[in-house]
Formats: sequence, C-alpha cells, structure tokens
Amino acid sequence: MAVEKIIGTETEFGIAARTTQGFDPVGNSILLINSHEPIQSIKAIWDYAGENPLLDARGFEVSGERERPSQQDNRAINKVLLNGGRLYVDGAHPEYSSPEVTNARDLVRYEKAGERILEGSRQAANRLLPPDGQLYMYKNNTDGKGNSYGCHENYLMARAVPFEKIIEGLTPFLVTRQIFAGAGKVGAENQTEPVEYQISQRGDFFEAWIGLDTMAKRPIINTRDEPHADEEKYRRLHVIVGDSNMSEFATYLKVGTTAIVLSMVEDGWIRKDLALEDPVRAIKEISHDVTCRRKVRLKRGVELSGVEIQREYLDLAWTYYQGREAAPQVLDILEKWTWVLDKLAEDPWQLQRHLDWVIKMELIRSYMERRKVGFEDQRISMLDLQYHDIRLEKGLYYVLERQGLVEQIVTEAEIADAVAFPPPDTRAYFRGTCLRKYRDQIYGASWSSLLFDVGEAAVKKIPMAEPTRGTRKLVQEILDRSETVTELLDNLTG
Amino acid sequence: MSEQERKQKRPKDTPKGDEAQAKASVAERGKKLKERMDEIIDEIDEVLEENSEEFVRNYVQRGGE
Repeated sequence: MAVEKIIGTETEFGIAARTTQGFDPVGNSILLINSHEPIQSIKAIWDYAGENPLLDARGFEVSGERERPSQQDNRAINKVLLNGGRLYVDGAHPEYSSPEVTNARDLVRYEKAGERILEGSRQAANRLLPPDGQLYMYKNNTDGKGNSYGCHENYLMARAVPFEKIIEGLTPFLVTRQIFAGAGKVGAENQTEPVEYQISQRGDFFEAWIGLDTMAKRPIINTRDEPHADEEKYRRLHVIVGDSNMSEFATYLKVGTTAIVLSMVEDGWIRKDLALEDPVRAIKEISHDVTCRRKVRLKRGVELSGVEIQREYLDLAWTYYQGREAAPQVLDILEKWTWVLDKLAEDPWQLQRHLDWVIKMELIRSYMERRKVGFEDQRISMLDLQYHDIRLEKGLYYVLERQGLVEQIVTEAEIADAVAFPPPDTRAYFRGTCLRKYRDQIYGASWSSLLFDVGEAAVKKIPMAEPTRGTRKLVQEILDRSETVTELLDNLTG
Repeated sequence: MSEQERKQKRPKDTPKGDEAQAKASVAERGKKLKERMDEIIDEIDEVLEENSEEFVRNYVQRGGE
C-alpha cells in the first residue's frame, strides 16, 4: 500500500555579479544569506548528525568525506527558515530547500516562497555592495558552458518496495516527463549533438542510468539512501534529473504526476513493459526535438514518442484511481496531464502559457522575428538566461506573468503566507512554529530533529523521524500552552 | 476511468457554427495579440541586461549539487 507522498525540493541558484572583478561566488553567497532580516537573526545551526549522503540504496556505503563544518561555519552557511525550509550555501551556490509538504499545489507555493526569500536576501546584500558588485540570481540549471547545478525533488516512499522496482517503473517516466517539465535551453552542451533550442536544461548532462553521484557522471536514477526519517519504514527517493521551473503550472504537473507514478510503483501498478533500450541516449533524443515527435527505442524493439510513453503512464493512472479514493487535487492533476499530452501531440506551441520550454521558445521566436536576429545573436542567449532571473521587475518570466501571459496556480498572497509560515500538515509545522515562538532557544535543526537550548550543558533533542507527525492538528494545542521551551519539553515528554 | 470515458472527458472541438464570423474574430484576436507582443518585446528590450554579450560570456558557474 502506497504511503502518503511527502514532497520537498532543493533548488540551487546561479549567482553572478554585474562585473566579474572581485566576484567570489562562495563569499557572496554567504553574504547573501546573512544579510536579510529576519533570517539574519536566526542562530540555529544545521544538525548534520543524522546525515549520510554516502549510503547507496542498492545496499552499500561509499567511502568519502562527510560534511561536518565547525559551529561558526555552520551558522554562516545555514539558515533554518520560519516556513520550515532551509536556506544555505552549497559549494558555490545559494540553495533553498522547501519544507516538507503533502501535495503539488503546496510545493508550488513553497518553491515560489523560496524565490521571494532569496530575492529579499539579494536586495539586502546589494545594499552592502558597490555598484559593480551588485548580485544577480537565476533559477536555472546551466551556465551554457557545460556547468550544471541542480533542482532535486524528494518523495517519501515505503521502504518495503525493492529499489529495482523503482528503477524499472520510474525510468521511462523520468526520461520522458521533460516534454512538460523541461525549462528549455538555447543550444547543446556536454558534447551532445548540436541543436538551436532544446526542451530540457539538464538532459545533456546525464551520462549514467543509475548511480550515487550528483556532480559528475550524473545518473537518471540517483541511489542516495538518506531517508531523513524512520529508515525501517521509509526511503526518500532523491530525483535529480529535473529542471528548475519558473512556471507554476509546470512545477505543479512535474511534481504531481511524479508523486502519482511513485504511488503506482509502490502498489505494483506499472504492469506494462516500457523499458528503454538506452535511457541515457533517449533523454537527449527527446530533449533535442521540440516537435515532440521523435521516437525512442524500447528494449522490446518497438519505438514510441515521449508523448506516447507518457500516455501509457497516464492510462495506468486513470485505471489506478478507478477503484481508489482520490483527492480532488489528484483528479485535477490527471485532467491537466491528459490535456497537456493532447496539446503536445497536436502542436506544443499551444502550451505557450503553460510550459517553461514553450513559453521561452515562443518569447525567443517573437523576439527574433521582430528584431530580425537569429540564435547567434547574444541577446538571444541573454533572453535564455534572464527568463530565469528571480527579480520580479526584470526577470523575463515575471514580465510575462505581469502581462497575464502565463498560467498561474497560486496567488501572490498564498506565496507571502508560505514565506512566513510552515505548511500545517507535516513535521515542518513543528519546526517552523517552534522557531517562531522560541527563536533564541532553538540550538539547531535538521529534517528529522530539533535541538533545544535549555540553558544546561547538553542540548535537548526532539527526534522527528515521522514526517507526517508534528502537524498543526497534533501539536498546536501543546505549543499554545507552552510558554517556554522548558514547559514545551515537559509537555511533550510528560 | 476507462480509456473510453477518458476520451469523453477531453475538451470537445468547437461546434461548426458561423465559420466566417469565427474566422474574423480569430483574425482580430491575432492582430491584437500581435500588437500586444510588439509592446512586450519593447518592454523586454528595456529590461534586458545591457552588454548582453559580455554578461553572457562572463556568466560562468561552478558545477553544483
């Protein structure tokens, strides 16, 4: 029986300065996340104790350095957020992790909240920087020169499902979902076949089918086994193959359909043989064809297009929910998925309000037509980059949004709420609400624990191994009647 | 839901009514959209980063993840 799909995403942002002189991406990223009130005043550290990104889901541990920064460094590169999420510096990028949510619509809300939080931080940092050092941030996945940074999705799954079943059931879906989830890109990278424009930002960078790496030889199926939860009961599937989306509609559909497919995998519902002959080749073949008609070869010899493979999953999903209770949102996702695949089969151009890769392609096409320029003009590469600029007044996605030219899923008021408050229905509620109420006594946090400083030599740790607990329904009453942390701990343990 | 039912749920084609009128309104909508797009491209030129060439060339990131 499929478990509730608790979902979260981690997004790395591109960072640049007006001029390159004196620009240090690490130092500037640290400045960025330490400049903005109220985030600046949060002193909680990130608790790395339960983390081990070197465990492989196939059952072995890889040797390597685990991340354990000093307390001072820890504070400088980590900010636990009031919405239950996390802002940090990962290598040379600012990164935002959304809090855990229970559904795709909330994921859209909290992902957009992350953009707003980083934009506030960017503006605050820029007040401290000289004109030439002014910072820019991009929610994309490549610099166009062969360097990629990620947008990782995380889905809670039942531990009992063999990992091989996940690999088998999920691969054809992940390879093909880019036809609606891709963010579009001018040109090709990483020694792939030259192309003017392609569907995915990331497709060119995938060189392996299955593996533990995320930075080199990137695999379509990532095997990191770090559940951040009760490991007997759960695994956290770490999906690294997707693009960062600006479009709310694309984010909603990407995460919503993936969660549905994973539930089907858990319940043994993928009863079709869709195995691809060469997933690594297929992901690029599909990305490099904006007509969405190119067929890829299956192991059993037939050839199907991305739309046709997605329709196989869609048909399975409609029958899966025939005998099951489905939330209204699940039905909405199934209907949008159906509609989008129909439009892609007719003519992808019809989705110029909905999907990032089509919105951006249409913008570039209109620009080239009116300014009589081609793909070689640097303004086209600038359009490709600035589409992902997170500034509401200058990011090109936001110019289109302001003009009513893109389809939205949530309101700006809902996003503002997601900046300040955690989702009510996961353990993120307990994390975010404690941080708001007992800010100075939160010593540290991780996904699966909260550390309280009660003025004693040792900090008190509250484990949160169950992502579906710590919800408003379960803990609001206790939080309301606990004036102090000591009272809270007494009430929790008493 | 069966394949048959799912197909029925899909949006139906517009019924054949006054085709001439429909075509005229499509042409008008197309014209309006074109004017609107002209304005938007002008706005894009206003916000587009100056020195595109240098900006794009200098945009180099360290690989992440």
